[in-house]
Amino acid sequence: MTDAGRHPNITLLTMSEVKELTGVVGNFHVRILKRARYVKEKECTACGDCVEVCPVIIPDEFNMGLSSRRAIYSPFPQAVPGAFAVDINQCLGHSPVICGKCVEACKKRCIDFDMNDEELEFDVGTIIVATGMDAYDPTILDEYGYTRYENVVTSMELERLVNAGGPTAGEVIRLTDGKVPKSVSFIQCVGSRSQRRGRPYCSNICCMNTVKSTILLKEHYPDIEIKVFYLDIRAFGKGFEDLFRRSRGKGVRYIRGLPGTIKQDPATHDLILTVENTATNELDTHRTQMVVLAVGVEPPADMKAIQEMLALQTTADGFYLEAHPKLQPVDSASRGIFFAGCAEGPKDIKESVTQASAAAARAMRLMNPGVLTVEAITAEVDPERCTSCGVCARVCPYNAISVDRATKLPAKVTEAACAGCGTCAAECPEDAIVMNHFTDAQIEAQIDAILENDAAGKILVFACNWCSYAGADFAGVSRLRYPSNTRLVRTMCSGRVHAKFIWRAFEKGAPVVLVSGCHIGDCHYINANHWTERRVKRVWNRMGKLGLRTERLGLEWISAAEGVRFQQVMERMEQIRKSVTPEEIAETVRIIKKISEQKQG
Amino acid sequence: MIAENDHNENIRIGVYVCHCGSNIASVVDCVAVAEYAGTLPGVVISRDQGYTCSEPGQNQIKNDIGEFELNRIVVASCSPRLHEATFRQCVSQAGLNSYLLEMANIREQCSWVHGGNAQEATSKAMNLVRSAVARVSLLQAREETEVPIRRSTLVIGGGVAGIQAALDLADAGYRVVLVEKQPSIGGIMARLDKTFPTMDCSI
Ligand SMILES: Cc1cc2nc3c(=O)[nH]c(=O)nc-3n(C[C@H](O)[C@H](O)[C@H](O)COP(=O)(O)OP(=O)(O)OC[C@H]3O[C@@H](n4cnc5c(N)ncnc54)[C@H](O)[C@@H]3O)c2cc1C
Ligand code: SF4
Ligand code: SF4
Ligand code: SF4
Repeated sequence: MTDAGRHPNITLLTMSEVKELTGVVGNFHVRILKRARYVKEKECTACGDCVEVCPVIIPDEFNMGLSSRRAIYSPFPQAVPGAFAVDINQCLGHSPVICGKCVEACKKRCIDFDMNDEELEFDVGTIIVATGMDAYDPTILDEYGYTRYENVVTSMELERLVNAGGPTAGEVIRLTDGKVPKSVSFIQCVGSRSQRRGRPYCSNICCMNTVKSTILLKEHYPDIEIKVFYLDIRAFGKGFEDLFRRSRGKGVRYIRGLPGTIKQDPATHDLILTVENTATNELDTHRTQMVVLAVGVEPPADMKAIQEMLALQTTADGFYLEAHPKLQPVDSASRGIFFAGCAEGPKDIKESVTQASAAAARAMRLMNPGVLTVEAITAEVDPERCTSCGVCARVCPYNAISVDRATKLPAKVTEAACAGCGTCAAECPEDAIVMNHFTDAQIEAQIDAILENDAAGKILVFACNWCSYAGADFAGVSRLRYPSNTRLVRTMCSGRVHAKFIWRAFEKGAPVVLVSGCHIGDCHYINANHWTERRVKRVWNRMGKLGLRTERLGLEWISAAEGVRFQQVMERMEQIRKSVTPEEIAETVRIIKKISEQKQG
Repeated sequence: MIAENDHNENIRIGVYVCHCGSNIASVVDCVAVAEYAGTLPGVVISRDQGYTCSEPGQNQIKNDIGEFELNRIVVASCSPRLHEATFRQCVSQAGLNSYLLEMANIREQCSWVHGGNAQEATSKAMNLVRSAVARVSLLQAREETEVPIRRSTLVIGGGVAGIQAALDLADAGYRVVLVEKQPSIGGIMARLDKTFPTMDCSI
């Protein structure tokens, strides 16, 4: 920590938040709000004279409210930077009439109430998001009585109690009587692994944290009786099983099953747990002097701001989504933005540090050459055709296009930001966008070639490079047989599939057409497949109006791992194809031809 | 510049049909596919090869590019997800722009999944080559552009992860801006006393 505070290459900004981010990989521009500390960071020696005179006494959040602090304070003894800070919302006011006692007390004259919030701007090449997690707040889990019984505490609170630098100097005491409890019960999975309340995932750290705490308690108080109620103990990491064994060796009892309710004995403030014994199916009761809720972790409550600013995706559990779960675990889908630590998912310190070093290495790898090559699959606007309608800018998942509708200047693509999904080219109403290496003409030539002979016998499939085409490859590797009349046209993203490609295929006599891509939420281009979905729905709508059977146009999400699904989808498409008669195809061709003639005429 | 087809360009395509040992050739009649490819518009030379990705296979392509003045290449073999990079490098070594290459996937999408019917598999392979030839004729040379990248990083969050990332980068000589919303860095770890699995102090 202190190294980070004094490293010449690190500008450390505390009490600060990112307010705005613009630009792209290689050249991000950030605006940061640094809130006033009212104490000169470089000059304060953390002597504490000011604290003694401050009349404001409030609960100390760092100690989970288990102790108090003043309005001028240092969050904890080893804080970096070490300078004190004024909690301006709690300060009475510095005018000498009201208070200002600290200003007087500070002999070094470091306290400066004229300090203002500062706005700072930086240009950076890459970004690492390491916003961490919050511990789960068990207030809503009423059956555990966290809000009603003082002797029910969370594991985070226990951490502060057991800490030599904490509010009780390391003495674990009951809040009702200030005495060391003779017995403690831990309850696992609080706020985790529940489909009903809290979070559905395993929080990863609370099993081992409890194991650790039981050992610490046993070392402090050898006679203390400890029970741990759990669903299953997840001691999967290096050295974990050893620690678990040590805990049991010290006499800690691990009991399978979570309490249904906790009641307090009003006389003693002891707690009575009712637990179903999974071995006998009977209800057992356990009396204990203190309960520790092993709370899980969750994404930070305020992460939305950063998420939206950086256009990042999250998984269903709310943590950030990596570019690839196995092969790119610290990359985001946006080039130049990386994840480290619990921002990406619950993990312990070792894993957080490992991931942080990986993220740093990935960032260095990108920055080291000093230049960045941009894959030549990028969009380009034809200024002659563009009417500045702004559609492309709206659909681009990477904000790579800017259109100033007021000045009516043609749309502009920032090549370094364009990831090449082709959504803009598929949505532009004026056909003003050329998607290089996947141009309209190139794709149409493939469609025509495929349908040139025996169109009625073919299944035409548009497949995205990352998911459905990869799913077909996987079907191949698995030697899964499917109808041999399937023909794939590869695009980088399903977002590239222009409605006119579909119409063209039907006009050339295709009995069925399938558009396929990554599952919603897994799109390699953030959310470009949302536009695919909307577009296909538009085509269905139109087909319905023209009297064409909508089932002849399929839309399927197939992941890279779903070879079997690819096979099944192809078999289903073949069934539909067989139901399409030559007359139906002829009629379709007639209808579409008529419309395009009318358009031209 | 907007890519437009240069109609005056004389398209000269080479098609290479790979046996992939017996992976493709045991199902698809590669000789017939190569012969068919030779009849397609723009195709100057077409060959079937044992392993196109092998050194002799690649050298053949490179030689042909020089000898027949080829300006487009189609490789009918495995998935582009596997070997597109290989063949892009191959053609660029022979002085051809790497974007003037197209692959027809006649292994994953053909021989491996239509093993039961050699005839259908062969005619599908021909059709896939037909489609690749149509596409390659329209491909344009592309230059990968280079843009400068700043050698500095913004780290958002000063917990143990943010601190570690910042230190690694800073030690390697990169500038770092470390932004923490609280008055001190440290995050959750700063609140812990002893930590598992080693039971040592956290800070
Ligand atoms: C009760 C408990 C006990 C634990 N015990 C252990 C243990 O014994 N051993 C072990 O290995 N692990 C333990 N862990 C896990 C450990 O705490 C985490 O692995 C570690 O803290 C993760 O570090 P991090 O940097 O990813 O996140 P955090 O520690 O959460 O740090 C994130 C930082 O980012 C800041 N931040 C967040 N959002 C913003 C923003 N928008 N702008 C600026 N700053 C922001 C936060 O203020 C915070 O300082 C425990 C966790 C808990 C909850
Ligand atoms: S780590 Fe253990 S206590 Fe935490 S959620 Fe997973 S199983 Fe439950
Ligand atoms: S969608 Fe097309 S017409 Fe509209 S601004 Fe973009 S490029 Fe121009
Ligand atoms: S191709 Fe995709 S990423 Fe590139 S500008 Fe168009 S919509 Fe944006």
